Amino acid sequence: MELLFTLFMPLLGAILLLFVNRGAGVLAKTFAFIISAISFLLSLTLYMNFDHTNPDFQFVTNIPWIGSIDAGFRIGIDGMGLLMVMLTTFITPIALMCSFDSIKKREKEYYIMVLLLQFAMTGVFISTDLFLFYIFWELILIPMYFIIGIWGGKGRLYATVKFFIFTVVGSLFMLVAIVWLGYYVGTDLLGNSAGFTTDFVKIRSALETAGMAYEVQKWIFWAFAISFLIKVPLFPLHTWLPDAHTEAPTPGSVILAGVLLKMGTYGLIRFNLDLFPEAAMANASIISFLAVVGIVYGAIVAMVQTDIKKLVAYTSVSHLGFVVLGIFSMTNEGIQGAIIQSVNHGLSTGMLFLLIGFIYERRHTREISDYGGIARVMPAYTVFFGIAMFSSIGLPILNGFVGEFLTLMGAFKSTVLNNHWYAIIGATGVIFAAIYLLWMFQRVFLGTITHEENKSLKDITKREWAMLVPLVIFIVWLGVYPSTFLKLSDISTDKLVKKIERVEMKTNDNLSDKNLIEYQSEEN
Amino acid sequence: MYDSILLVPLMPLIGFLILSLAGSKIKNEKIVGIIGSSAILISFLVIVNLIFTASSNHLEEPAIVKLYTWFSAGDFSVDISYQVDQLSLFFGAIITGVGFLIHVYSIGYMHGDRRFHQFFSYLNLFVFMMLNLVLASNFLLTFLGWEGVGLASYLLIGFWYDQKFQGFRITWTGDAANKAFIMNRVGDFGMLVAIFLTFTTFGTLEYSSISDLALASKDIYYDSNMTLAITLLIFLGCTGKSAQIPLAGWLPDAMAGPTSVSALIHAATMVTAGVFLIARNNVLFALSPDSLMTVGVVGAVTAILAASVGLVQNDIKKVLAYSTVSQLGFMFAALGVGQFTAGLFHTMTHAFFKACLFLGAGSVIHGMHHEQDIKKMGGLRKYMPHTFKTFYIATLAIAGIPFFSGFFSKDEILFTTYKGNYFIYTLLVIAAVFTAFYMFRLVYLTFYGKERFDAANHTPHESPGTMTGVLWALAGLSILGGFLNVPHIIGHYIGNFPSLLHDWFHPVFGSAQKILAHGEHSVPEYQEWLLMMFATILAVGSWQLARAWYRSDENWTPARNLVAKFPVLYKTLWEKWYLDQGYFKFVVDPVIKSSRSFFWKILDVSIIDGLVNGLGTVTKGLSGVVRRFQTGVVQAYAGLMIFGIIIILYIMVK
Repeated sequence: MELLFTLFMPLLGAILLLFVNRGAGVLAKTFAFIISAISFLLSLTLYMNFDHTNPDFQFVTNIPWIGSIDAGFRIGIDGMGLLMVMLTTFITPIALMCSFDSIKKREKEYYIMVLLLQFAMTGVFISTDLFLFYIFWELILIPMYFIIGIWGGKGRLYATVKFFIFTVVGSLFMLVAIVWLGYYVGTDLLGNSAGFTTDFVKIRSALETAGMAYEVQKWIFWAFAISFLIKVPLFPLHTWLPDAHTEAPTPGSVILAGVLLKMGTYGLIRFNLDLFPEAAMANASIISFLAVVGIVYGAIVAMVQTDIKKLVAYTSVSHLGFVVLGIFSMTNEGIQGAIIQSVNHGLSTGMLFLLIGFIYERRHTREISDYGGIARVMPAYTVFFGIAMFSSIGLPILNGFVGEFLTLMGAFKSTVLNNHWYAIIGATGVIFAAIYLLWMFQRVFLGTITHEENKSLKDITKREWAMLVPLVIFIVWLGVYPSTFLKLSDISTDKLVKKIERVEMKTNDNLSDKNLIEYQSEEN
Repeated sequence: MYDSILLVPLMPLIGFLILSLAGSKIKNEKIVGIIGSSAILISFLVIVNLIFTASSNHLEEPAIVKLYTWFSAGDFSVDISYQVDQLSLFFGAIITGVGFLIHVYSIGYMHGDRRFHQFFSYLNLFVFMMLNLVLASNFLLTFLGWEGVGLASYLLIGFWYDQKFQGFRITWTGDAANKAFIMNRVGDFGMLVAIFLTFTTFGTLEYSSISDLALASKDIYYDSNMTLAITLLIFLGCTGKSAQIPLAGWLPDAMAGPTSVSALIHAATMVTAGVFLIARNNVLFALSPDSLMTVGVVGAVTAILAASVGLVQNDIKKVLAYSTVSQLGFMFAALGVGQFTAGLFHTMTHAFFKACLFLGAGSVIHGMHHEQDIKKMGGLRKYMPHTFKTFYIATLAIAGIPFFSGFFSKDEILFTTYKGNYFIYTLLVIAAVFTAFYMFRLVYLTFYGKERFDAANHTPHESPGTMTGVLWALAGLSILGGFLNVPHIIGHYIGNFPSLLHDWFHPVFGSAQKILAHGEHSVPEYQEWLLMMFATILAVGSWQLARAWYRSDENWTPARNLVAKFPVLYKTLWEKWYLDQGYFKFVVDPVIKSSRSFFWKILDVSIIDGLVNGLGTVTKGLSGVVRRFQTGVVQAYAGLMIFGIIIILYIMVK
């Protein structure tokens, strides 16, 4: 029940908001915030009742829906899902609070959109049915399209169309894959009355027992992967991201960086690794290669940006590279690192976008050269920015380090990748991260004030404190005692990795059998 | 028995939290200073107590105190746990002892600063991180401290962030802070990979387990590629933190920070972290002769290059900075010939006399109203007698004048390198000659001769008691510190005085020493005496030369003549061997240029994004063509249909 409430609370809020008067902006924002705060509290009950010794889906609801294709309203979460849901319910109220100042037009519609977005995001992370997953996945697009397109910056239309098209192209691949998979499992493996199924659990167990020819698996794997990798985004599919991030209003960027990108990494683990381990193994090298390229490439492009927001946007390409590398190391360290790094990136990059939004509100510019020396007039702001920055740089004792370290360690020892260079080149990211962020920090905050307008900048307000402090608490908590969070997904990751290891062993056996046969035939 | 070790990092952490969260509410500088200093003092007392416990119990195996599991995933697990052994206690004592003195000094030095409390909170943060670095029982916790001191160093170098600082391509103090952090990150990258390799090789990151495992399969690991790779990568990290070639360039610019920071972080403690790390991994290094050789050669080359730069600099802090780089080179040279104790001995005496020198320089700068150019000083001994005397004592120590602390430690390094490697020995002897020269040049230019400053405008003044008191304490240590490890040939004559430090470190280095034992040739006792005398004569000769050039001759004629005669050499030294210029020309500029013009503008915007947008345009264009067919005219559709049927028929018939 807790899970159902967590899911439908924002939808309920969005529907109720429809009945609010157009002009009643204050009412709309207060109401939306309260709704999201309640969702957060509800997700805490999930945390408290969650059994982290159980690797399977929990809080399961299973209601038949469309019998002819065996689609159902099936939801449930495991550790990874719980972490993602909590990230969603944690980031959304902060994003809403920051909308109070930055959103001035069509307030009621805006808050409906954000609540709808929260509903869809939560849905993505808890669906255990492919049909339902697809619906939530596509549902994201509608509010996000409007949030960027209506409340965004100057180039918002270009950015939002680009965002939309990129995602839709990816989703179409996924749709084809879902149909194919549903038909294959429903007809060939299960032979159920519908001849089709979208039940994730059924599909997974059917594939585990019966297997799937690699030639077929390959195509479905890539169809899912492309859809998720666009969302992550992986180099070279990333070009929608800098535009979308830069043009989105601050809360949009916070949600985009904080939660939306993680749908991609979540999908990769949930579907690509869990359903198609053979194909994942066979293609791990190429994807990891692109991830490593992304780490370095995102960093060096970020380095020379002149717009603070765009700079941070490009760092996402770099940071998410670590996550993808960790996932396709297919080791326990790597996957756990990827999950925790997804959360970390949400916190630290979300916080950076938030902070950039604060200063944009004051000066209406994001050009680095328009600032300089503002530490003098905004000392508290500077400290917060410094914390977010060092968290993003991956300084131990703050959150970023744990994820980066585990993903790289996973890649280093991975037998699937079987090559240390992925991790070694990836590790150069730690150097670049320091360069691009510290260089920007120097030019924005340090030195003396060069622009007259900056002399009267106000330091952060009480409300801004309220948004930042919770983020800092989690940034430190995850750095000092990450076990609180790592242990949630520990057992489900363990199960997944065991499965991968079994498959790996089988593949190796097959290979050696094959070699043996070839060897014998050569003998003859 | 050793659980009290937890208090040691805890106290500065508490100090940091109080001062950073509530510091701005405490208006009184004294209270802030007392909170900051007493936190360090308590840690120091705990360490002293532990040292006595350890020595009375004859601690052989390191005692490990675990706090909690930091994080784990799969086979990987790492603890927040501290290790009590001779090495960690040794460094802990230096850090908290010298650290405490420098905190006290800072109360006077930072008086009146707008962000007084923040300064002390950063100092406490630094000590906390530094203690994690040296007390850690595993590699990753050391790495935490390692990065943490980098953070503290960054914050403190750029503490006066709105002030300018002169340096190559450096305008603000913040630029210097960036340079320090980024160059260190290059080293950290090496360390990170070393950590991965260590874990995949040994399956653990606990120091004592690594050493045991390596010793147990000595034959496999000795001179193997694996140990070579691990140790060289560790050493890359060390070159960053300890400012050795090729990552030496940041330390002189780190002088942008307040002088007490330079004394604490960039002379006495943080920069010796590299020495610590090699000493901590002594077994691995002993198993890799090639790595040790690299360490020794890099150290010796750094020692002589940095010392040569020190000969011509005019900024009082820059001279000391190059001196620090050079002295660290001495320590690495000692480690490189496998004489860990000799390296650590010099680390300790260096902490005393270099801290004293830096704080003395700080006192001079304080008294001279922020003047740092020694060409604009002169005759200061009249105005600042305490600063002068203590500075003089520390100079005698660093120059290696007999029976001051530096004499003993430098002599041991020279002697052991003589036994191990003549090339390293020769470089170090020359570096030692340079050292005595540039230090006395500094003394004579600053404290003797004509007053070259504008005395009418502001008279130099002696610093307050908190500062001079600390100077005297450090001067005392610079005199006496050497007696902790008297060379045994002298020890004989003063009543069997033992080499305390050698005995103390035996449990840590014993097994490594055994592996290395066959490398060096033995030296008869008379040669040891000769070497000692040789070094002494050179040091004193160098001192007298500096005296003749810079004190006896008011116009420094011989020095000026020499510069006129060798302008290229002078320029090379003045420009610090063009190290910074080389970095910018060959590394920084190409990277930035290619990122800006190629990666961003061409690859990202034109090619990748262009391709995507191009795809859009093509689709749009195609749809423009296809749209024409949807005319809505039934006849046209019928015509097309017939056309299609004809084609199908044609294919079928064929």
